Amino acid sequence: MITNILFGVGVAFFGFVLQTSIAGVNRKVVGRVQKRYGPKWYQEFLDIFKLLSKRSVTHGWIFDFGVIMALGGIIGTAMFMPITSDLVAFADFDNFFIFVYLIAVGMLGMAMSASGSGNPLASIGVMRALTTMLAYEVPFMIVVLTIIKLTGTSSVTGIAEFQQLASNNWFMIALPLGGIVGVMSLMGMIGKKPFETYIAPAEIASGPMVEYGGKQLGMLFIMHEITVFIEVSLFVHLFLGGAENVVLFIVKYFLVYTTLNIISSVYGRFKIDQVVLFFYKWPILMAISQAFVAIYLGWVI
Amino acid sequence: MLSTKFTKLSKEEVDRKWWEIGDFFRRNSLWMLMYCTGCCAIELPPAMTSAYDMERLGMGPMATPRQADVLLVTGYLSLKTLRRLIYTYEQMSEPKYVVGIGSCTINGGIYHDSHAVINQLNRYVPVDVYVAGCMPNTEAVMNGFVDLMGLIKTKKANGWKDYHARNEWYMANQKAALGEVKVHDEFHE
Repeated sequence: MITNILFGVGVAFFGFVLQTSIAGVNRKVVGRVQKRYGPKWYQEFLDIFKLLSKRSVTHGWIFDFGVIMALGGIIGTAMFMPITSDLVAFADFDNFFIFVYLIAVGMLGMAMSASGSGNPLASIGVMRALTTMLAYEVPFMIVVLTIIKLTGTSSVTGIAEFQQLASNNWFMIALPLGGIVGVMSLMGMIGKKPFETYIAPAEIASGPMVEYGGKQLGMLFIMHEITVFIEVSLFVHLFLGGAENVVLFIVKYFLVYTTLNIISSVYGRFKIDQVVLFFYKWPILMAISQAFVAIYLGWVI
Repeated sequence: MLSTKFTKLSKEEVDRKWWEIGDFFRRNSLWMLMYCTGCCAIELPPAMTSAYDMERLGMGPMATPRQADVLLVTGYLSLKTLRRLIYTYEQMSEPKYVVGIGSCTINGGIYHDSHAVINQLNRYVPVDVYVAGCMPNTEAVMNGFVDLMGLIKTKKANGWKDYHARNEWYMANQKAALGEVKVHDEFHE
């Protein structure tokens, strides 16, 4: 038991280091897209450690406690994440629904803490984040439930191993419409450009993070990196066939995140009503037709 | 031959070492809050975008004073904006630095005889680096940021400590210029 917990914390730490490095490399990639040189690849580490080295103010104990709850909740979620089919801290507990439920703890902690700051822009940001979540969850859940119906298991490693069999394709290829919906929902999940309405630095002054500075902001940055790690690796396991070894996992992870970043770097920002209308129009239509075609007609490539 | 004997460091020595490690991170990741009041603000877009690319130094714009490390004051300050500037400066989390861009922050520039504009910025908030010129070149602005990094490295960017140490003096100057520093909330009053 104790080794499992230590291993789980190790997975969360691995996710933090991996995602922070890849985010730094991606800042360079976006810089090249914009014809700039870009920062150092380890710039994200410098930013986080600088924030942790600063003095900060507090707005009451809910403000402080919410940050710790957000970070703890996200680390607790990341502990269940399989890296390869064998490298999993709690075998048989890597169920898809565990991630769906546990990730809400971190999100609610952040929402509580941001509301505790008393800034109206923070409340607007939290409201927008929850609205965006409501928008992208529905098409994403329809596609994932289709996958669960096809594979007959909701275990993340189970789904990944199903795709690794010689007779099966990755679900990105087997369910092409569902794969596109997955990519669009993932962009909403990790807050990339057309759907980053709840951050919106020029409009609502970075939304939920408006009152954070110093140590609290540093902890929120760590929490954000681990959240992105959870979401992108869920996509890798559900749609791209998981990974047989760690190197393959890192390569797939890097490709997914970089592709999303390049797509994101050429887009503007949607308004919040446009985000909801967008997700409830095309992705939901594609997800339902994909579910119908795959389950009732049995057309799976 | 170097001694391998373990000697216990004093508390000041340990604090100094931690502070130097913190300074390394702080000078390589300066986040700016731009208080663009005057014409010098037009020099910042080329400094940030592909022409000079400030991000390779680890710098970038931030949305709120709580998140920022550097306060950029670009241009003249009327009495009304000075009140907001003091509020903004006091909201930033320490260690914090101020960069004054343009002649207006040094001696009033072309507004030196205006009744509504203050002349010396560092009588009201401590300024670490000035960039002179009306307006300064973009190269000069970038050089100012590199100078600030050098000052942080040599521990000379101590404006925020000075604001604590000589707080009465700064407060007296603010009172003398503004009468009252408080910003009235006209909407709710």
